[in-house]
Amino acid sequence: MEQPGTSQEPLLLGSSGDSLREAFGKSLVTLADRYDNFVVLDADVAGGTGTHHFRRAYPKRFFQFGIAEQNMMAVAAGMAATGLVPFVTTFAVFCLRAYEQARLSVAYAGRNVKIVASHPGLDVGPDGGSAQALEDLAAFRAIPGMVVVSPADPLEVEQATEAILNYNGPVYMRTGRSPVLRVLPADYSFELGKGKIIQDGIDATIVACGVELARALTAADLLARESISARVVNMSTIKPIDDELLAKCALETGCIVTAEDHNIYGGLGSAVAESLVGNHLCPAEMVGIKDRFGESGEPEELAEKYGITADYICKAVKKAITRKQY
Amino acid sequence: MKEITEQSVTITTEKARQMRRNIISMLGQAGSGHTGGSLSASDIVACLYFWEMNIDPKNPGWEARDRFVLSKGHAAPVLYAALAEKGFFPQDYLNRLRKLGSPLQGHPDMRKLPGVEASTGSLGQGISWAVGMALAGKMDQKPYRVYALLGDGEIEEGMVWEASMAAAHYKLDNLTAFIDNNGLQIDGRVEEVMSPLPIPDKFRAFGWEVLEIDGHDHRQIMQALNTARTVQNRPTAVIAHTIKGKGCSFMENRAEWHGVAPKPDEVEKALAELS
Ligand SMILES: Cc1ncc(C[n+]2csc(CCOP(=O)(O)OP(=O)(O)O)c2C)c(N)n1
Ligand SMILES: [Mg+2]
Repeated sequence: MEQPGTSQEPLLLGSSGDSLREAFGKSLVTLADRYDNFVVLDADVAGGTGTHHFRRAYPKRFFQFGIAEQNMMAVAAGMAATGLVPFVTTFAVFCLRAYEQARLSVAYAGRNVKIVASHPGLDVGPDGGSAQALEDLAAFRAIPGMVVVSPADPLEVEQATEAILNYNGPVYMRTGRSPVLRVLPADYSFELGKGKIIQDGIDATIVACGVELARALTAADLLARESISARVVNMSTIKPIDDELLAKCALETGCIVTAEDHNIYGGLGSAVAESLVGNHLCPAEMVGIKDRFGESGEPEELAEKYGITADYICKAVKKAITRKQY
Repeated sequence: MKEITEQSVTITTEKARQMRRNIISMLGQAGSGHTGGSLSASDIVACLYFWEMNIDPKNPGWEARDRFVLSKGHAAPVLYAALAEKGFFPQDYLNRLRKLGSPLQGHPDMRKLPGVEASTGSLGQGISWAVGMALAGKMDQKPYRVYALLGDGEIEEGMVWEASMAAAHYKLDNLTAFIDNNGLQIDGRVEEVMSPLPIPDKFRAFGWEVLEIDGHDHRQIMQALNTARTVQNRPTAVIAHTIKGKGCSFMENRAEWHGVAPKPDEVEKALAELS
């Protein structure tokens, strides 16, 4: 099972790496020595969230709560009240199970708890619609004070895990189930609250997060063949959203397309639209799941069926460009 | 009191064997899914579908039908095997488990497959569905009975006890919940992960009639169903002692087989044992 650590041996760009959940579990192990203040909480899915790596290395800092997510969430708040920093880990849909506890015990009470969710989006695949959280970003974004993060590749998961640990306050972070490509350069550096331009362009900006960033980069390559120059932004912090960067992209490229493995309502697309409305309006298109539940299938098949592949991003970019006012 | 005959036991035993074969084949083809908990529940589900329940595959929406809720929704293959065997849909549907566009979703989806009484997969919720159906039956004075099947890890969910409280409060003697007590959940033995023990005492304390049986002994399952039908003013919990992976020696009692599908050579080996 053990694969080479993501930190020691940076993989080649585009080569297939760990899943985001594996990267998360291994990051916890890497961070444990330097940060002795955090603990990890699990609800009978350690192998699924990647936290089994941490359990093996630091059994005394790992707490099993069984299939009882609501309790786990509020226990974490209690632990945080003593100064510990708990990572609450389960699948994204089961974080929603403990939503009200996250709202009250964690966020309302202002506790320093990190909620880390694996298995978001259509990326879950064959387990089907009941297991595919397409509304978690929206739900957690709506909780006052909750920071929401969705890293794109194993390198970023590693950096984001450390960053949210250093941030004092409640955070919801999405990992992912399927193995992913390494899409960010070795000198990439994650900053909480900041989007990053991964590839520059002048005709449009694609703003993506999570597994959708890889598709956005593919889309930019496809568009380049048609002489369309698309900028690609990795918006891995969805809340607070990087208003400044979005205004700059709106001004410089004139239109924006968002791309996410999530319902178009309430997630990255909505966050970007809200920002544009308040700062610098420009035509925008949203690529995401159009208010439907998912179903069983392989992630790539589902991406095609539900309209979130690179081709769909290309179409949205072209449409956004035609909507620009000259 | 239904008579438990040699013949009825022969029938359900043969059905359970056929269901286990189909569980193995469908999971083998799917390449992912939950094997152990589907096999541990096969005898209980076979007795329900082929001895106990009053249902009509030609009329899945029949109002007076008995209802079965697979609260441990990850064991979808055992439900699909029973429904196919009963004739709710063609057997060849089983070849498309977990594939794009298939009515056989990774977890049961009542909007996609006839015969599925509740969309489940998030543990703990199915028992509440069953309470709702049983309560509606009481309210409308309908004669149907409601059955739920829960995992022994699943009962760690607080919601299960909220539902249990409600079931006793409303005196739902038309409700029978089976606990598939196979002793394992994902991360290991239930008492090591987060002990729900003692299970019978807990249900008793919540006001339920409690029966304990060998969940692979068809006579005992049928006897428990007979008893549950005579209990008045309270729901019945049947704590069924089972073996996770039952029927395939190399899967039995092994937590690793919780959420893994057999590979082609393992399918062959398992089918040989189930022939
Ligand atoms: C609310 C919820 N949390 C977590 C899971 C993930 N999960 C799927 S199966 C399972 C273990 C179930 O164990 P048990 O109830 O004993 O089932 P069985 O042994 O019969 O397969 C878990 C934790 C889930 N489906 N629902
Ligand atoms: Mg079990």
